[in-house]
Amino acid sequence: MEVFLVTLLNGLVYGMLLFMLASGLTLIFSMMGVLNFAHASIYMIGAYLAYELSRHLDFWAALVIAPILCGLIGAAIEMYGLRKVHRNGHLAELLFTFGLAFIIEKAVQMIWGLVAVPYRVPSALDFSLFTIYGTTFPAYRAFMLLISALMFVAIWLLLTRTRIGLIIQAALVHPDMVGALGHNVPRVFTIVFAGGSALAGLAGVIGGNYLVTEPAMAFTMGPIVFVVVVFGGLGSLEGCFIASLIIGLVQTFAVVLDVSLADLLARLGIVVTATTPFAEILTVRLPRVGALLPFVLLVLILLFKPRGLLGTRDT
Amino acid sequence: MSAPEAQIGIAERRSTRLPTILRGGWPWLVVLAIAILLPWLFFDWTKGRHSGFVLSLMSQMGLMIVFALSYNMQMGQAGLLSFGHAIFLGLGGYFTIHAMNAIDAGALWLPVELLPVIGGLAGVVFAIVIGYIVTKQRGTAYAMITLGVGELVSAAALMFNGFFGGEGGVTANRVLPTSIFGLGYSAGIQVYYLILAWTAIAVALMLLLTQVPIGRMANACRDNSERAQFVGYDPRLVRFYQVALSGLFAGIAGALYAINYEIVTFDAVNAVMSANALLMTFIGGVGVFWGPMVGAVLVTLLQSWVSLLSNSWLVYVGTLFIVMVIYAPGGIAGLIMAHRPFWEARRLSALILPYLRIVPPALVAVLGFVGLVELCTSATIGSHQGKALQLFHHEIDTSSPQAWVIAAALLLGGLLVTRYQSRVFATTWSTLTAETAQGATRQ
Repeated sequence: MEVFLVTLLNGLVYGMLLFMLASGLTLIFSMMGVLNFAHASIYMIGAYLAYELSRHLDFWAALVIAPILCGLIGAAIEMYGLRKVHRNGHLAELLFTFGLAFIIEKAVQMIWGLVAVPYRVPSALDFSLFTIYGTTFPAYRAFMLLISALMFVAIWLLLTRTRIGLIIQAALVHPDMVGALGHNVPRVFTIVFAGGSALAGLAGVIGGNYLVTEPAMAFTMGPIVFVVVVFGGLGSLEGCFIASLIIGLVQTFAVVLDVSLADLLARLGIVVTATTPFAEILTVRLPRVGALLPFVLLVLILLFKPRGLLGTRDT
Repeated sequence: MSAPEAQIGIAERRSTRLPTILRGGWPWLVVLAIAILLPWLFFDWTKGRHSGFVLSLMSQMGLMIVFALSYNMQMGQAGLLSFGHAIFLGLGGYFTIHAMNAIDAGALWLPVELLPVIGGLAGVVFAIVIGYIVTKQRGTAYAMITLGVGELVSAAALMFNGFFGGEGGVTANRVLPTSIFGLGYSAGIQVYYLILAWTAIAVALMLLLTQVPIGRMANACRDNSERAQFVGYDPRLVRFYQVALSGLFAGIAGALYAINYEIVTFDAVNAVMSANALLMTFIGGVGVFWGPMVGAVLVTLLQSWVSLLSNSWLVYVGTLFIVMVIYAPGGIAGLIMAHRPFWEARRLSALILPYLRIVPPALVAVLGFVGLVELCTSATIGSHQGKALQLFHHEIDTSSPQAWVIAAALLLGGLLVTRYQSRVFATTWSTLTAETAQGATRQ
């Protein structure tokens, strides 16, 4: 029971972190049709900037400044890069962000080196908040949950209660129509891209010290965020939210549940030995398969429900 | 002469003169001859042996050419952007290496020369299974599902050690007693000629596939899926055939990989290899059949040769890729083919002067960029590894601002002049285009 509760909380923390990354990506993808490969790279830049800022100033300054810088970087990418390649079609835009992700990873390696940087949880938050059944729950995880919940409320209010939010919502579904009504759709695109990048930067600030800040972090996080976006469905933030939590929980629980197919078969009375066909597949433990599960989910959803959980249109 | 008569005339002439392969195919024969003779140019006559570096480089180029062309069967010819193409190369490689071990153990009899058949079979079987799933999608969804399947297979490669050998990979010995020609394949030149022969076969087959209906229908579905459907073809089936065939050739490339390196590891199947296919194909050019071949040669050259000099060859490949995406979406082949109308109108000489004016500042900008990248790399990664940056045997102090300022000035100055010259170039180009177009209509 205690394992279940703690894992549930950890899964929520991870899921909310995923949502912070995926929400921006969903908005960008739904509006502009661009699958932004560089999104996870912005997350990485956020983490590295936060590390640098917390070294010279402090963590709280980094929490504010790094996302703003990431937003500016995002705006620059959209205005000076994506718009240029836009006339060559979606494929060119996708390839552009792919190349960008590539270069950002190399640039980060060039500036901060190949190994992980010591970006740590601030000392003000480095204590255990409470203890459930003998397992401590760090205060920083609660802080992450708080920040992501605040962000969720802020996005929701922005999208449903403000004028720009309404335009963004309309542009999600009918960008041409919104343009025909006289709204400056390219500027809305830039705002959304900058906003999404700022959210990714924020995820980097609070996730970089929770996980590890290293040049490979974009590469490990990127595909999982794609899975979340596709799983949730295009043009649906609710779907994205649900998908983030599902993937977060699935991945966290997979690490804890130490079972294999062989154990399952053993309950049915079938004993798996080394000579059984597919013994290797049957005896592999679930924690080792954990990294694989999001992609299994991706393939399954694209096979049986190509629009995703709550998607409104085809990718 | 009216148009139909002219066509008949050409057809008659074609039948009376040289065989087609010698007429239209002479550039291919020249390339093949160069590929056969080039290793002998680097032959060390004093020691009486081949340059091992050149041979391994050219072997790698050969298999990468097959890999890039097979990738272009999806990307260029069918319009399918895949992020998991390395699956077929990797699995083809793994099956070949296991076959080599089985031959060595006496459990299987197969000539070494026919090992690529095993790789190709593995590639096509997996491409049929995986292709059946992924070709339900196209466009961005196809890119994502291939990314997912690619991650799935490469994650599995680290998980199931029995077949994939874990981190260490699977090794084999290519010196096997079953050669048809009685060759030992212990010398690099024999391996190179084996790889060259299979590369030539694969390239010829892939070229043939672009001419037959199946390749043509792939083009049609790429350009307009709905109209292809009206003609009576199922676009999904066309995509499926194309992916399956592309898997076949990627599997052959994987077999050549296994023969060349005698080891297949996780590197052959992971996302980096898939990205490599994309980079090679796009930089070379997706619109022309031989484009990916140029890309494969260039990227392999950068990879093997520049990586000897510098840690940051991937930065250069990535930057080249981005520049290509923004300014030359047709790749190198597209750039070359853009000159064709001027060549045919015999006006190519008019471009010499504009080129002479734009290339030097561009080179200066490249120099500045390389300088900045190298300074940056050596200040972090290099100093971490205890290396110092050297230029013409002079050690450069990366902590002093002097070198940085010079490199930055070269980059910015070069870019500014290039930018100015590119406008001049663009005007010359457009007037020339208008003139040749006029000349063509007058004729």
